[in-house]
Amino acid sequence: MGFFDKLKDGLSKTRKSITEKIDQVLVSFGKVDDDLFDELEEILVTADLGVDTAVRIIEDTKKMVRERKITDPSKVKELIKEALVEIMGEETEKLEIEPSPAVIMVIGVNGVGKTTSIGKIANMLKNDGKKVMLAAADTFRAAAIDQLEIWSKRVGVDLIKQDEGSDPAAVIYDAIQAARARKADVLICDTAGRLHTKKNLMEELRKVSRIIDREMPNAKRENLLVLDATTGQNAVTQAKTFSEVSEVTGIVLTKLDGTAKGGIVIAIKSELNVPVKLIGVGEQLDDLQPFDAKDFVEALFS
Amino acid sequence: MSIFEGLSGKLQNTINKFRGKGRVTEKDVKEMMREIKLALLEADVNFKVVKDFINKISQRAVGQDVLESLTPGQQVIKIVHEELIDLMGRVPAKVTFSSKPPTVYMMVGLQGSGKTTTSGKLANLLRKQGKSPLLVACDVYRPAAVKQLQVVGNQLNVPVFALEGNTDPIHIAKKAIEHAASKLHDLVIIDTAGRLHINEELMDELENIKNAVRPQEILLVIDSMTGQDAVNVADSFNQKLGVDGLILTKLDGDTRGGAALSVKAVTGKPIKFAATGEKLSDIEPFFPDRMASRILGMGDVLSLIEKAQEAFDEKKALELEKKLRTQQFTFDDFLDQMQQVKKMGPLNQVLGMIPGMNAKALSNIEVDEKKLGHVEAIIKSMTAKERNDPGIINGSRRKRIAAGSGTTIQEVNSLLKQFEEMKKMMKMMSNMGKRGGKGLGKFRMPF
Repeated sequence: MGFFDKLKDGLSKTRKSITEKIDQVLVSFGKVDDDLFDELEEILVTADLGVDTAVRIIEDTKKMVRERKITDPSKVKELIKEALVEIMGEETEKLEIEPSPAVIMVIGVNGVGKTTSIGKIANMLKNDGKKVMLAAADTFRAAAIDQLEIWSKRVGVDLIKQDEGSDPAAVIYDAIQAARARKADVLICDTAGRLHTKKNLMEELRKVSRIIDREMPNAKRENLLVLDATTGQNAVTQAKTFSEVSEVTGIVLTKLDGTAKGGIVIAIKSELNVPVKLIGVGEQLDDLQPFDAKDFVEALFS
Repeated sequence: MSIFEGLSGKLQNTINKFRGKGRVTEKDVKEMMREIKLALLEADVNFKVVKDFINKISQRAVGQDVLESLTPGQQVIKIVHEELIDLMGRVPAKVTFSSKPPTVYMMVGLQGSGKTTTSGKLANLLRKQGKSPLLVACDVYRPAAVKQLQVVGNQLNVPVFALEGNTDPIHIAKKAIEHAASKLHDLVIIDTAGRLHINEELMDELENIKNAVRPQEILLVIDSMTGQDAVNVADSFNQKLGVDGLILTKLDGDTRGGAALSVKAVTGKPIKFAATGEKLSDIEPFFPDRMASRILGMGDVLSLIEKAQEAFDEKKALELEKKLRTQQFTFDDFLDQMQQVKKMGPLNQVLGMIPGMNAKALSNIEVDEKKLGHVEAIIKSMTAKERNDPGIINGSRRKRIAAGSGTTIQEVNSLLKQFEEMKKMMKMMSNMGKRGGKGLGKFRMPF
């Protein structure tokens, strides 16, 4: 199954609900007026885009309707799609890990799927011929290290770990030394889930990030924020706050195989200009896909 | 800016607009309702739930003399607040126990909602109430999930039942009940694997576990940060299994938690607990009124009042008031005050409950908590005489105090200055207090 099909499959629920609703609305309205736009705005909000982003999209669409003198409600759907592509951008954002070595720090709140995503990313990069190493810096959550260890064995990559409760910065330091010695191409660092409101945990993360900067100043850096597709408006605050600690270079959007719409990534792109780089669309090792903004919007509306 | 400030400000603006008109048009009400709608949507309340809710509110708002009141914006918020509480249930709901032990609870939910940690927290909480819990590891899918529950159980000293290598959760659950009966555990908490509500195979599995162990309660664990999809999740689990109660997790973040309203509305089942932190003791009964305030962004005023009541000693407060009136307030009293405030909990937590406090402001305050420690050290480095009569603190005394407290003379100076200013302010406040209510609890500390 190709990327597009898989994505479409994962998004079918989203697509169905959004497009069905839009079609419904369009059928019930004979003309393009404010009531129509209100309804359309509500539909976007239901997809977790957030009020601000929804309003922005509707405003963009209204402008286009005026400029092109559109009077047929059914044409409006195409326009909304255009507005969305405009926001998401047409370029595909890849992981920037060339040339080696590269360090990927994976961060996010509790329970979004960081460790699982790392397993999948490691698998993807290994298949690309990279020598991958993992650092188990979630020393807080019970059995998090064991969980990552199982993934490392499943994928067949090295893991650097210490005991539960040890200093995550020390784990990272060790891992960097090991990655250097073993000439790894990519070091992926797991971190403990933390709510972005926990000041001291965020400071801990800042320290980890600083150590990577200090020990590997010339390495390529990716700071991937993992977001659960079911998350609502709080995801924007998460992205903002994590960026304050260590600039988020991309988002991994997980659990898109449920009914959640993941529309929040549009809000995040719109408000913070942070691109989505990968999406999780299933439970299997290879259920992680590069994110293609255009396909995403296409799949949402096709 | 909190949503509350935003909402109440916007409502006030809307109302101000038609105040002069003498008559409220339908359009005015519509505008007002739109603001409320947007605020609720920003809080992640499901769209359909919002719509029903707004219909209800508009009727009440139109019927009442909202505009006659001095603060119409607040009046509307009050109505919204009341209706929110109504919708979420007036009283906190409790978990029930079976008349024939062991009582079995089954924890279900999406991946990452916090089932395993919450299972541990719940066992810990109910053990304090005299139960003898057994935790059961039925998550056979996620790597190291069983280990996670075992570690949690170890930390709490609560036994964990697991069958290593066995991948049949129904079998494990059944064996666990037998085990509980033989070891005289009167409470069994079954931790199940996280699953998507549309995964039929795994949903069937849950149904099979349910049929095998006949749980007293099926508790659905929901992440409070969930967006619009919360209704689908809650509805699916409820349809399939018949959920008895909900547990809301990760409420220690800054999400408005509109999902709480959505899941309650769609299932009609009560939210029984709120998980509020990383520690295994961080679980508490769910209070609908507090959640209503939170969704509206009003801050957890009630919790704050409660904490304040717990911490403040009535008699001491009266003494203090007298001292304030007679200008006898000394550094000793000040130290006392500081300790009382500290008793209310970490300062940032206390402040977080005050309406209008936002995350950004709070991150600065944490620095100030350190300052609080300095202030305490400085006061403690003063002699009894100095504390009673700060006027005698001259240059050499300042030097000694700074050295004794490990601070600088500048810090000592600024504290002395702030203390004088505070005294002045308090005098003003206590004068006000004579006219109106008590001014107590409105102290501004110099930190």
